[in-house]
Amino acid sequence: MSYSGIGVSPGIAVGPIRRVTRTQLSEPVPASPRSVFKALDAVATDLEKRAESVALEVARDVLSAQAMIARDPALVEAIGARLLDDIEYPDVRSQITEAFAGFKEALAALGGYFAERVADLEEISDRLLAMLSGQEYEDVKLSEPSVIVALDLTPADTASLDLNFARALVVEKGGPTSHTAIVARGLGIPAIVGCVGIMDVPEGQIIMVDGREGLVLTNPSDGEIEARNTREESLRARASSVVGPGRLSDRTPISLLANAGNAQDAISAATVGAEGIGLFRTELLFLDRNDEPSVDEQVELYRSVFEAMAGRRVVVRTLDAGSDKPVPFINAIHEENPALGVRGWRLTRTADNVLDRQLDAIAAASRAVNADIWVMAPMIDVPSEAAEFAHRARARGLRRVGVMVETPASAILADKVLAEVDFASLGTNDLTQYVMAADRLDSRLSDLTSTWHPAVLRTIKMAASGAEALGRPIGVCGEAAANPQLAAIMIGLGVSSLSMAPSALAEVRGFLAQVDRATCVRAAEQVLAVSSADEAEGIALDLFGS
Amino acid sequence: MPSQIAIVASKIGLHARPASLLVKIATSAGVPITIGRVGQKAVNAASMLSVLALGAKSGEELEVTVTDGPNAEQVLTQLVEIVTTDHDG
Repeated sequence: MSYSGIGVSPGIAVGPIRRVTRTQLSEPVPASPRSVFKALDAVATDLEKRAESVALEVARDVLSAQAMIARDPALVEAIGARLLDDIEYPDVRSQITEAFAGFKEALAALGGYFAERVADLEEISDRLLAMLSGQEYEDVKLSEPSVIVALDLTPADTASLDLNFARALVVEKGGPTSHTAIVARGLGIPAIVGCVGIMDVPEGQIIMVDGREGLVLTNPSDGEIEARNTREESLRARASSVVGPGRLSDRTPISLLANAGNAQDAISAATVGAEGIGLFRTELLFLDRNDEPSVDEQVELYRSVFEAMAGRRVVVRTLDAGSDKPVPFINAIHEENPALGVRGWRLTRTADNVLDRQLDAIAAASRAVNADIWVMAPMIDVPSEAAEFAHRARARGLRRVGVMVETPASAILADKVLAEVDFASLGTNDLTQYVMAADRLDSRLSDLTSTWHPAVLRTIKMAASGAEALGRPIGVCGEAAANPQLAAIMIGLGVSSLSMAPSALAEVRGFLAQVDRATCVRAAEQVLAVSSADEAEGIALDLFGS
Repeated sequence: MPSQIAIVASKIGLHARPASLLVKIATSAGVPITIGRVGQKAVNAASMLSVLALGAKSGEELEVTVTDGPNAEQVLTQLVEIVTTDHDG
């Protein structure tokens, strides 16, 4: 059997499927009140047992608190009040969801630490429904090398996965810029998203994943595995045949930078010869935090990354919390439409001091290390926001100040926005989703969330022209930079630096060494004139080869 | 019914760790115990969710009330100590 999806991280992997499932609410869950309470008791007992057996104190506290919630008389009462008749209900999902909802709302309204406990409630509710429907509730724990298969992986899932054992990631949902894709490329393991039907393949089944082609094969033969490995290796060999700073075949320099979230990433970046860090995602230091890291602690964390890149450029992006990356102590309020809500620099509206303290910490860390520190703010929409950010950053002695261009507004007004700052970086993932008005996590819309779409490319052209008019450098730090052909188009549109996952760097470097600037410009002109993403991609393939 | 005012000492407020200690004692005491802000509706101290949902912050005053029983005073003292101890220190 074969399954196909969108290959988002190249490579070949073979291994048994390890499914990461959450109770799917698509099937009715029939139960009597008695069986519900019995299941709730079993959930609590299970959590208590786990709490006893776990060595780590923090984990023990979390588990025993969850067990207490499962035994909470108020919760039992809330469920009981919704299942008054002593009958077998055909489906208890809505009653159970409603029973939890009141508590979830009360905690969410408190914000901060208390709002985070909503996740505990959700987990208990999921465990309860899993127990009632006879399913095993799985912790995302791996004990042997496996191919992780899931409907989709959230940032929280991937944070808790022991990725040392993950050979590949295959998810049924998601698009090329989903979190799963980004994590996989960061780890350098193959990944496929939008792989319809993969969740039907049973646990333990041996599959082969071709992350370049987007293909899954069950029970692959040795011959098939070998053939694909050989092809992959030859493609990689071409990539690694070129070393040194990025340049086109006509010697035009293109800065090749890496994306990093911590010191470990920065070290990998240095290993693959990155000329610097083009996107230091500081929010990854905050994602699992209950409260704000102190300025001193932040200074240490930033320093560790700067030190790994001593003497080179590090572009620090200030906290990009919100939307698909909520930070517990900041994004406590439920937003109907988080991608369009208070995220990135907009957090200055609700959590102003957090960003000021972060800038303090970045400035302090930059003084302590000999690296070329640039700082940029995410989700800058209008010139006044760029001016405000530049003012705050420069007041702290940070000299190279820039913005992410990731909203249509900032791309259209690039000539005004960039007048306030020194440089710009295109966040092509969000820019694509905003230009196309299509959720990049929704696999049903994956044909609309391609950065190849001329609507997106024309928007990028506007931003690049605005930057060029002002003589400001503009780079790409979205996933587009990791796709060699698309990166070449970006260069043709006027981009002078590319920042990508360290694992993609060698391949992009090798590819760019074979193309010249004139071809990139010609390709860019042509893709701007077509009417679909497929046509644009076709043009690039014709001009550049694969 | 013995009752006493206690000031929350933990920096994050009455969070899961102190709350679970409270719940443990309140559950095993076998008599109704309530906790709440003075003058407001008190909640069942044996309910983890209700105690958490108070959202009591550091420095806030809470009133703990134990229904009369053989060890009421002793239980009250234990509960007050949990609230007034800094569990984040």
